[in-house]
Amino acid sequence: MAAPLALVLVVAVTVRAALFRSSLAEFISERVEVVSPLSSWKRVVEGLSLLDLGVSPYSGAVFHETPLIIYLFHFLIDYAELVFMITDALTAIALYFAIQDFNKVVFKKQKLLLELDQYAPDVAELIRTPMEMRYIPLKVAMFYLLNPYTILSCVAKSTCAINNTLIAFFILATMKGSAFLSAIFLALATYQSLYPLTLFVPGLLYLLQRQYIPVKVKSKAFWIFSWEYAMMYVGSLVVVVCLSFFLLSSWDFIPAVYGFMEHPIFFMFIQIAIIAIFKSYPTVGDVALYMAFFPVWNHLYRFLRNIFVLACIIIICSLLFPVLWHLWIYAGSANSNFFYAITLTFNIGQILLISDYFYAFLRREYYLTHGLYLTTKDGTEAMLVLK
Amino acid sequence: MAAAVRLVLLVLLLLGPGVWGQAEPPRDSLREELVITPLPSGDVAATFQFRTRWDSELQREGVSHYRLFPKALGQLISKYSLRELHLSLTQGFWRTRYWGTPFLQAPSGAELWAWFQDSVTDVDESWKELSNVLSGIFCASLNFIDSTNTVTPTASFKPLGLANGTDHSFLRYAVLPREVVCTENLTPWKKLLPCSSKAGLSVLLKADRLFHTSYHSQAVHIRPVCRNARCTSVSWELRQTLSVVFDAFITGQGKKDWSLFRMFSRTLTEPCPLASESRVYVDITSSGQDNETLEVYPPPLTTYQDVILGTRKTYAVYDLLDAAVVSTSRSLNVQLKWKRPPENGYIHYQPAQDRMQPHLLEMLIQLPANSITKVSIQFERALLKWTEYTPDPNHGFYVSPSVLSALVPSVVAAKPGDWEESPLFNSLFPVSDGSSYFVRLYTEPLLVSLPTPDFSMPYNVVCLTCTVVAVCYGSFYNLLTRTFQIEEPRKGGLVKRLANLIRRARGVPPL
Repeated sequence: MAAPLALVLVVAVTVRAALFRSSLAEFISERVEVVSPLSSWKRVVEGLSLLDLGVSPYSGAVFHETPLIIYLFHFLIDYAELVFMITDALTAIALYFAIQDFNKVVFKKQKLLLELDQYAPDVAELIRTPMEMRYIPLKVAMFYLLNPYTILSCVAKSTCAINNTLIAFFILATMKGSAFLSAIFLALATYQSLYPLTLFVPGLLYLLQRQYIPVKVKSKAFWIFSWEYAMMYVGSLVVVVCLSFFLLSSWDFIPAVYGFMEHPIFFMFIQIAIIAIFKSYPTVGDVALYMAFFPVWNHLYRFLRNIFVLACIIIICSLLFPVLWHLWIYAGSANSNFFYAITLTFNIGQILLISDYFYAFLRREYYLTHGLYLTTKDGTEAMLVLK
Repeated sequence: MAAAVRLVLLVLLLLGPGVWGQAEPPRDSLREELVITPLPSGDVAATFQFRTRWDSELQREGVSHYRLFPKALGQLISKYSLRELHLSLTQGFWRTRYWGTPFLQAPSGAELWAWFQDSVTDVDESWKELSNVLSGIFCASLNFIDSTNTVTPTASFKPLGLANGTDHSFLRYAVLPREVVCTENLTPWKKLLPCSSKAGLSVLLKADRLFHTSYHSQAVHIRPVCRNARCTSVSWELRQTLSVVFDAFITGQGKKDWSLFRMFSRTLTEPCPLASESRVYVDITSSGQDNETLEVYPPPLTTYQDVILGTRKTYAVYDLLDAAVVSTSRSLNVQLKWKRPPENGYIHYQPAQDRMQPHLLEMLIQLPANSITKVSIQFERALLKWTEYTPDPNHGFYVSPSVLSALVPSVVAAKPGDWEESPLFNSLFPVSDGSSYFVRLYTEPLLVSLPTPDFSMPYNVVCLTCTVVAVCYGSFYNLLTRTFQIEEPRKGGLVKRLANLIRRARGVPPL
């Protein structure tokens, strides 16, 4: 497994390095779909030079990054391109190992449920085999690294990539069962942009599940563990916030900088997608993170209803973004309604995609327990509806 | 034979009076020297020394022929049987902490001290008369020196020249701190110089520049010196010294580039014909603070290195008697320039806050000569809220012009003259230094045409975004709260019956 992963890494790094050296790098870093005011690299550089001049970076309404980012890049400013390539590589590796672990857990659980006869008898083709699950981690890494959205975000040096890395490490730490590390990474991710706060609940649920602690209000173990996890999370968050205060001697960064019980990982995936859809300055980098998870839910493919339409919507909208932006800003012939409509359509596509996956997931669960070939009382093929 | 003897006798007779009666005129020589020392604080010290050495024994013979040695002082020496005389008139105080150690320091006011010969009987009487005569010569109120401010130091003032014995009863010292030095004192002092203020280094002695200084000290020192190494005979030495310190801030807005023209408003043209040596020394030892290096223009032909006052110093030497130094331009204007490595300059940046204050960027830069410097700034305009647009948003938005304020060095030095006298167009900007003029330029304003939103957008956005969010919320709510159930086929239903009716009418089998 290491060799193909290394190969994918090499290919990804080559593509990124080639784009960094080309003249497209400047063009891409200006695109509004790839960088937002919260994650733009130009603003990081502006904040660093303000710091050099002795002015607080937060005095103008330009800089929205956290003090830890300032200090990270203060020392690494000369190697910025390398830093972003390494963060992408780290994200891919983290996802690879996380999904490997997840596969093991899924397989173990499935085996347990099979032995307990929880599944209907004729669902053999729905049962996942190790064979088909073997290449999923590699596919996840490949999906993340070779996704055009990820490549564009990396070349534009958008700090969204760092956020993605932190969330990926959070997922890895949660998978491995280490509550402490998972709390730290979640605290760092929340510290950078507030939205990963909603990932606290699925993370907690997964950790509880791993330790076989039942999620009941009366269970003492539940409360003890939840309290520990919450404290570690809040503690890390407080430490990181106070560290920022000491780094820059002010609280300025706070105003500038600041969402399935049974299947927490799927829940986490849905949450990441919801964050990407509803955050105030979404960029394609956020979309890239949850799109990396699609190979994990490969087995749901047969239940997706609108996958063709949705794929078309997403691809066409991505292609139309630069066109309509150009028409609005530079050519002056369109107006902002066009660009707004396209972003709205893209969001509708994402929403339908996520709800489609959700629907497929729920449907597969139903089939697993009730059998694949359902018949009505009078023998005709039955239809399933949500009621 | 008799004719030859008569010729020899005639020759002897002719030569005779020359041999016996008249001694050959004593030789005197003049050496003049100017030392320019840049001080650590950015000021410049200039020290003039005019030394006349007279190879004569004033005490023994009555001398009537004065050439370079001033007659007033020569008569003073012989009349009052002086062995040494030191008189200094000073205005200001030498700030050792900022300026370093001076060559020769003098107290503020007037200082007079003298050693009398052993042959003087009444020293106090001679002292009183001496101070009165000197007050007449130098137009200074030295006549206020009397027994109330005269002392006889026993240890601190030893003879500076040759001395046989040191009996302190022949020494008198007085100081008048209240004495003020002004042009009246400088003029008779200058008159004692052999070339007066006509040629040589003394052309630089202009009163209006010399008294515009932080420190001004002029002195006269007379003492006997050895004529040669074996000291077989004694000569008289007269040294006239003048030390001034030019203040960087009074004359030149804090710039530290000096030149003879800037200091004295004169340049050197020719050496004094009566001088045997006429030199300008510039101290080029120090490299200054902040990695500055001192550059002297014109480049010196020779340098002089020695240990002066305990430290090793290097001097650039300009010999006015050397034809090469004053050859080309017929005038020597020594210029001192501090070359510092190009620094970042001063940058003041105040970033903008939305709807509160604009961006302010101020930079102080030094432009290199014969070059083009481009300054460019990238800025973004934030989109306005929909109520903040003007009625004509398609006109565009203005970016204010930038201001360039510069001090441009001028080719021809201007005289900072009277404010009230000069015409109005000449007195717009205050200029205290004639070497540069002030100019203020503006760039064009920018008109940026920004994309304006469609003003029907608030309605559109509200409707459509709410629809999308409702779709999302609805789907997720459904998926989260509902479960799959097998649908029972329903029989009946109004629509189905109506459809069957139409089908029967068409002749198509019913649903």
